[in-house]
Amino acid sequence: MEAQTKIAPQKGSAEANALRSDNETILSVRNLKKYFPITQGILVQRKVADVKAVDGISFDVKAGETLGLVGESGCGKSTTGRTILQLYRPTEGSVVFQGKDLAQLKGEELRKMRSNMQMIFQDPYASLNPRMTVGDIIAEPLEVHNIAKGKEKKERVQELLQIVGLNPYFVNRYPHEFSGGQRQRIGVARALAVNPDFIVCDEPISALDVSIQAQIINLLEELQNRFGLTYLFIAHDLSVVRHISDRVAVMYLGKIVELTDSQTLYANPLHPYTRALLSAVPIPDPIIEEKRERIILVGDVPSPVNPPKGCRFHTRCPLAIPICKEVAPEWRDVGNGHFVECHVV
Amino acid sequence: MGNTLLDVRNLRTEFVTQDGVVHAVNGVSFVIEEGETLGLVGESGSGKSVSMLTVMRLIPIPPGRIPSGEVIFQGQDLLKLSAEEMRQIRGNKIAMVFQDPMTSLNPVLTIGTQITEALELHLGMTKDKARKRAVELLKMVNIPEAERRLDDYPHQFSGGMRQRVMIAMGLSCSPQLLIADEPTTALDVTIQAQITDIVKRLKRELGMAIIWITHDLGVIAGLADRINVMYSGFIVETAPNREMFANPLHPYTVGLLGSIPRLDEGKRERLTPIEGLPPDLVNMPVGCPFYDRCSFRTQKCLEENPPLMSVGVKHWSACWNYEAVRERRDEILHRTTRDVAPA
Repeated sequence: MEAQTKIAPQKGSAEANALRSDNETILSVRNLKKYFPITQGILVQRKVADVKAVDGISFDVKAGETLGLVGESGCGKSTTGRTILQLYRPTEGSVVFQGKDLAQLKGEELRKMRSNMQMIFQDPYASLNPRMTVGDIIAEPLEVHNIAKGKEKKERVQELLQIVGLNPYFVNRYPHEFSGGQRQRIGVARALAVNPDFIVCDEPISALDVSIQAQIINLLEELQNRFGLTYLFIAHDLSVVRHISDRVAVMYLGKIVELTDSQTLYANPLHPYTRALLSAVPIPDPIIEEKRERIILVGDVPSPVNPPKGCRFHTRCPLAIPICKEVAPEWRDVGNGHFVECHVV
Repeated sequence: MGNTLLDVRNLRTEFVTQDGVVHAVNGVSFVIEEGETLGLVGESGSGKSVSMLTVMRLIPIPPGRIPSGEVIFQGQDLLKLSAEEMRQIRGNKIAMVFQDPMTSLNPVLTIGTQITEALELHLGMTKDKARKRAVELLKMVNIPEAERRLDDYPHQFSGGMRQRVMIAMGLSCSPQLLIADEPTTALDVTIQAQITDIVKRLKRELGMAIIWITHDLGVIAGLADRINVMYSGFIVETAPNREMFANPLHPYTVGLLGSIPRLDEGKRERLTPIEGLPPDLVNMPVGCPFYDRCSFRTQKCLEENPPLMSVGVKHWSACWNYEAVRERRDEILHRTTRDVAPA
């Protein structure tokens, strides 16, 4: 139900996608791990430990859907996005995208796959080269992937600017001449240039002012309908993630602890961390706020270098029982594609 | 409540820059009563932080200048005080907590040194007494092992703990007014919930007035007694908390509420963004600063900037067309009459 209402049948392709989304898996991540080594020594670098940024996660993304990935700073959500796109090579596990395991691909083969998957970055100030014109920034992927040249390229750039709601006349301007929201539109145009099927949106609105955020959210939704895009939408703001996503995965300390459709996540959250997170999100309504019971978590997130034994959340969990300290819970389906990793629920 | 604590009248702050004069705060007037929590809501560049820094006399002059205004605190105009007199008030009777706890704490001094400094300076406490008080303060903001942590440096604390230390420092001299400038913006939601929880409790226990600056309507809904909404250096709407959310009467307030997704709502098809950008603070328009982005605008708005007009009980809006806003806002807010809570 949600998936269909979300992808409103505006155009033929969108309708087709809504139908496809019921079965076709575009991306399949299995037991994905990404460790960053911590080294010591001056001449000889000795590995002394690992930052276990992503530590064994599995999920599928269906064609045409938006999968939200939510969690607090340091939980590994951005690393997950980057590892899927092979900007970081995985330590372990597989990332099967359109039938090919990206973790096994190298060189030219991988480069070719990249035109099907793109990324929109968080910081619209740092992700655009200040010395390139907007036209050059958007044209770069077209050149790299030999998609368009000369006049054709120019026309495509202008078309892309129009698609993201910017004046095509802006091609010769530089990033500093634009506001944050406009810059993010440029980032979106660059991602769209190669006609990708799949886009990782890494906190695309968190650097923007509230009134501008909605502009970008709506733009992303429109583009999804128009081009049948699939999104992995990474953010820390649960309200935004819930609004834009068909399904949501909640991450904590390198693990996905719960994954379900966005309605169920709010109506029937199972994992204690999800519950605490939901209860901590403020709602702009004083009457509701007065009545709400908050689950206040004690302490801070432990270090990903030495994550707690057993369940990673047990040090802060209000429901923890003895087994949680010893045995890591399994990732299991509790029905209707609602996955959770917890002993208690 | 009832007694006026701070009375700000027609406050203006400008900055002289190479590009011209930036009109950051453009005639702001408001009153805060003892024990009241005032929410100051606005986006970057709306003047919310600058107006409070002006109240605290923390604006560097030049490039800043204050062409007009009075800030009456307990009967005296803070803008007329000498630097020395102001120092007696700042940190003592009025304290401020800043957004970024890492840059606001001195990295080479222990937390203890930084807290006791104000106690020794303002309250003339001895070293021992100040240290005891510092431990109390850290306990008040739920820092475990307070006694030991006093000798730690800022980098040994997490972001949420640093912010709690900042709050403890703000409270050290039992101020009558605490100004908190986006104190939870840099923090994760679960940590934000810890901080707002502590602030609510401390407010109950200590009875101080709070000005809470934020861009997050959700946070302020759970905290404030009254809310001022700011836009390009003007207060465009002011109302009691519940009234503001139930009955917003400025197009910008309505726009803000319509553009944020709510966690508790069903799937809404689309958000209603506020199109366009805020005006350039160097070349301010003659008329209403929100004109370019407003869906309620009329010719009058272009010609004359509306003053705050009384539109209800303790409710003022700076909009010529607030009646039209009342009639048409539900469409923007995607709400039916059923959703509207009584004020």
